[in-house]
Amino acid sequence: MTAPGKAQFSRRGVIAGGAATAAITTIPISESEAATMTTQAPPPTLPVSFEVNGKRQTMKLDTRTTLLDALREHLHLTGTKKGCDHGQCGACTVIVNGTRINACLSLAVMHEGDKITTIEGLGSPEKLHPMQAAFVKHDGYQCGYCTPGQICSAVAVLDEIKRGIPSHVQADVAAKPGFTNIEMRERMSGNICRCGAYSNIAEAMAEVAGEVA
Amino acid sequence: MKAFTYERAKTPAAAAAAVAKGKGAKFIAGGTNLLDLMKLQIETPTHLVDVQDLKLDRVEPTDDGGLRIGALVTNTELAADDRVRRDYGVLTRAIVAGASGQLRNKATTAGNLLQRTRCPYFYDTNQPCNKRRPGSGCGAIGGYARQLAVIGVSDACIATYPGDMAVALRVLDANVETVDAAGKARAIPMADFHRLPGNTPQIETALAPGELITAVTLPKPIGGTQLYQKVRDRASYAFALVSVAAVIQPDGTGRVAFGGVAHKPWRVEAAEAEMPRGAHAVASAVFAGAKPREDNAFKLPLAERTLAAVIAQAKG
Repeated sequence: MTAPGKAQFSRRGVIAGGAATAAITTIPISESEAATMTTQAPPPTLPVSFEVNGKRQTMKLDTRTTLLDALREHLHLTGTKKGCDHGQCGACTVIVNGTRINACLSLAVMHEGDKITTIEGLGSPEKLHPMQAAFVKHDGYQCGYCTPGQICSAVAVLDEIKRGIPSHVQADVAAKPGFTNIEMRERMSGNICRCGAYSNIAEAMAEVAGEVA
Repeated sequence: MKAFTYERAKTPAAAAAAVAKGKGAKFIAGGTNLLDLMKLQIETPTHLVDVQDLKLDRVEPTDDGGLRIGALVTNTELAADDRVRRDYGVLTRAIVAGASGQLRNKATTAGNLLQRTRCPYFYDTNQPCNKRRPGSGCGAIGGYARQLAVIGVSDACIATYPGDMAVALRVLDANVETVDAAGKARAIPMADFHRLPGNTPQIETALAPGELITAVTLPKPIGGTQLYQKVRDRASYAFALVSVAAVIQPDGTGRVAFGGVAHKPWRVEAAEAEMPRGAHAVASAVFAGAKPREDNAFKLPLAERTLAAVIAQAKG
């Protein structure tokens, strides 16, 4: 499971190992769970193939695997973050076939043939996506945990405004929306930032919007 | 999440047959509500029938001048459809008042109708809930009921239907088209689609087991000023405390349905005769027989004031 070129003792590995140890020593397994483990057939798996950041990926997955877990745990694309795992925080936002979704509320096996873009596919440390550069310039983050989801969402939001997708803050929903501050704020409401970088995120988006408008 | 098998159905009738024959089988479309509930083991299907290949993703004109909305049209696509924005503005407004951009991109028309209550006692598996575990009791009655229903309630359940889109569909007199395992189609008026809780709050809609929604149809446009006003605890991405869907004509007559107050979108057609007399007259008739709890009684004056705001906005 170690990704090529990664150190053997990554922070994630140590945390995961520590959690597993804690589970063995302190969390009791109920009788029914123990019975399930020993007597039930292995969980159903299915093959699935989709494109991530331009690269075809084929996996055999437990049907329960979310798109988020497929990206993080199977493809080691850990830029996409798991926050609430219930579609409430937006940390897992990725772009699928051109639209943003919560990767935690989607089964990987439902994405056969899809084209997925994660934060790793938007830009690189050497060549930042304009939205990544604008987040750096405008201090659009503090701890950074929600940032990959914020950036994927922000890129998709500008595209949604460009395509004329309506929003709750429009006085006239039949009209084309504009690249205004209130539009950015409304459309980003599915991405929660506990550090409260919202106003700077909206400024970063405004700068990029000025280039795409 | 409990383990399950998975298949992708090729036709609506095949999908309905696959769900009808397997106990514990469920349809999955966008999955945004079902997967959330599966993670909490509130829903524990043993087999999922994915309906994404059924080609039910178009909005098309009907012969009588209305629109047929495919079951798989996403909330975003439906809200953005030029015909809907122009002729059924209340529907676009209701959809964009709900959820987040990410969720609306995945949520489908049929799935949105079937989304389940956000009653905190339904979501907490340590609590009694007649909807989640029939016969276990209702923790909400006598509990924390601020968000819950004020009318149409029963001694078994005071949960609300949480959605916005359905409130607009109710005011527009939409119909829900379905197909069953035998391939038989029928249309269910929105008025009859969602049920009141009664003694069986676990049965939320008029759908038979395995019956699949294929489309929602809208009658020809009725004009008027179309508004959807949602009152919630924050400005975006929260469920309604109270919402009002209204179509108001220049002479002051009109239609109105309320969200966030009952187990279904709440509309009393007889009360609409009071529209020209104002919000108090309408709300008094709509909410006659209401049974609020102490901590959600505020919803009754809030509903009246929200309607008053909508009527004032329609006057311009």
